[in-house]
Amino acid sequence: MFQVRIHGRGGQGVVTAAEMLSVAAFLEGRHAQAFPSFGSERTGAPVVAFCRIDDRQIRLREPVREPDALIIQDPTLLHQVDVFGGLARDGYVLINTSRSFEALGVDELARSLRAERLCTVPATEVARKHVGRPLPNAALLGGFAAVTGRISIDSVAAAIREKFAGQVAEGNVAAARAAFEHVQAAMRVAGHA
Amino acid sequence: MLKQVEGSAAVAEAVALCRPQVICAYPISPQTHIVEGLGERVKRGALAGCEFINVESEFAAMSVAIGASAAGARAYTATASQGLLYMAEAVFNASGLGLPIVMTVANRAIGAPINIWNDHTDAMSQRDCGWIQLFAEDNQEALDLHIQAFRLGEELSLPVMVCMDGFILTHAYERVDMPAQAQVDSYLPPFEPRQLLDPAEPVSIGAMVGPEAFMEVRYLAHAKQMRALELIPGWAEEFRAAFGRDSGGLLHSYRTEDAELVVVALGSVLGTIKDTVDEMRLGGTKIGVLGITCFRPWPLAAVRAALAGARRVVVLEKSLAVGLGGIVSTNIRTSYAGSPDAVHTVIAGLGGRSITRASLARVFASAVAGTLEPLTFLDLDQNLVERALAREREQRRSGPIAENILRDLGVVAARPG
Repeated sequence: MFQVRIHGRGGQGVVTAAEMLSVAAFLEGRHAQAFPSFGSERTGAPVVAFCRIDDRQIRLREPVREPDALIIQDPTLLHQVDVFGGLARDGYVLINTSRSFEALGVDELARSLRAERLCTVPATEVARKHVGRPLPNAALLGGFAAVTGRISIDSVAAAIREKFAGQVAEGNVAAARAAFEHVQAAMRVAGHA
Repeated sequence: MLKQVEGSAAVAEAVALCRPQVICAYPISPQTHIVEGLGERVKRGALAGCEFINVESEFAAMSVAIGASAAGARAYTATASQGLLYMAEAVFNASGLGLPIVMTVANRAIGAPINIWNDHTDAMSQRDCGWIQLFAEDNQEALDLHIQAFRLGEELSLPVMVCMDGFILTHAYERVDMPAQAQVDSYLPPFEPRQLLDPAEPVSIGAMVGPEAFMEVRYLAHAKQMRALELIPGWAEEFRAAFGRDSGGLLHSYRTEDAELVVVALGSVLGTIKDTVDEMRLGGTKIGVLGITCFRPWPLAAVRAALAGARRVVVLEKSLAVGLGGIVSTNIRTSYAGSPDAVHTVIAGLGGRSITRASLARVFASAVAGTLEPLTFLDLDQNLVERALAREREQRRSGPIAENILRDLGVVAARPG
């Protein structure tokens, strides 16, 4: 079972991201379960959502305490909420930022993890460009597909089109593909370094 | 057709496939997405011949459902928590009159303190109201139970409450197999009421009944529920034959063949329990699970048979009979042939407290070791409790308990966990 935890703030589409990720996994014939942490749904308040992916039926209903991957939609949470809590040593981390792990003040933690599984993507800027609004969730799923290789970018695009329609869907698909390219390029650079 | 959808969306679609004629509801979390989904279908004309009635309260919702059902319409509503309490008088009326309304209860805690999260207190508060009460383990079963509920209710002329865990199921995206309209149509015939308000053949429904006959009417209500116990397994079997799924029925046993310890529970927590049991089985513990699908009528004989081999029983329940302990466990003790002392109550998940494999494994291991207390509150913060008790000992005007405890925790607003 592969477990993903998504951290963000109310209004950033955290819950929708988990739902779309589960749809993408479903479209690839896998079992998936997405659910929010059901906090008070206030704009700006820290929000957590979860997604489990497996090859068999998922019966477990507890929150994801030991994630295999983290998506952090808002870097201001890094020093406010224990976002890295329970993360596996070989876990994946994707942060929405244009800054480095060092500039974010999480370089020490980053050194304890596998470098090729850590990535940043300026998803909010990507979304502003392609969607016209600072909603980073779809872009981050594109980045997630690139860094983990657990889901194809085409499935992410199909999931986005299932959730949204028309211009909104196409803008988000473009954002996801742009973030996918960004992360792939960053990984190529890191691979050569 | 396989789909990856939210639990509420799955239930809305299943209810729509049952061709309801009147849907009335008042919004309350975590039920709201279900009736929103249905309201949207009615608005765009996807539900032919169905009227969606916005009412001013839950009391009105059930009252409208009663009127609609008495007039021969297939009626549906949904609620949760305080909403169910607010309609309680009409809930008893619906069953007393024998009207086959189907209602989803998206299980949620009851205040005070106000809490929007999941537990079973709402449904349990109505356990003696005369409705059939079914509990879904996952979203597939939730949607299947709604299809069965209309069939069951209309055949018996009894209302049916389908209980699904609020948020945990209603807001979870997971895979469901959505039946085709033709499949549902062949399983669920059009509503043929036993009693009908018809201007052409006037009758009155809801007469006053005095001591000369009230007992008999109540006895017949009980007899009808006992009859349901005989019929439900057959209908579940028929459902399995038609839809290819083992949904509904009275109860489900899991790995109980040689189990010395059997854990009994209702609803979505069964999944986490089964995963815990699988892990403990690997370690050699003879442990199994009994899931109660039909809570009312209470399947006494079936429970007794399912627990026949158990030397110890742990009832894990998301409700509390304040001043007694467990509600489900009290029912279990009437059905377990062994010593009542071998039945342990574990109160868990109240107000949305997470129920984890780690905590379950700990409590089950202590049951196996014979050290589990008769009544346990899973993951109770004893420190917090002690501080509150000390405050009450030390000062007369100790203040409101909930607010004091939140202050002790250092939180400014409720948070899940």
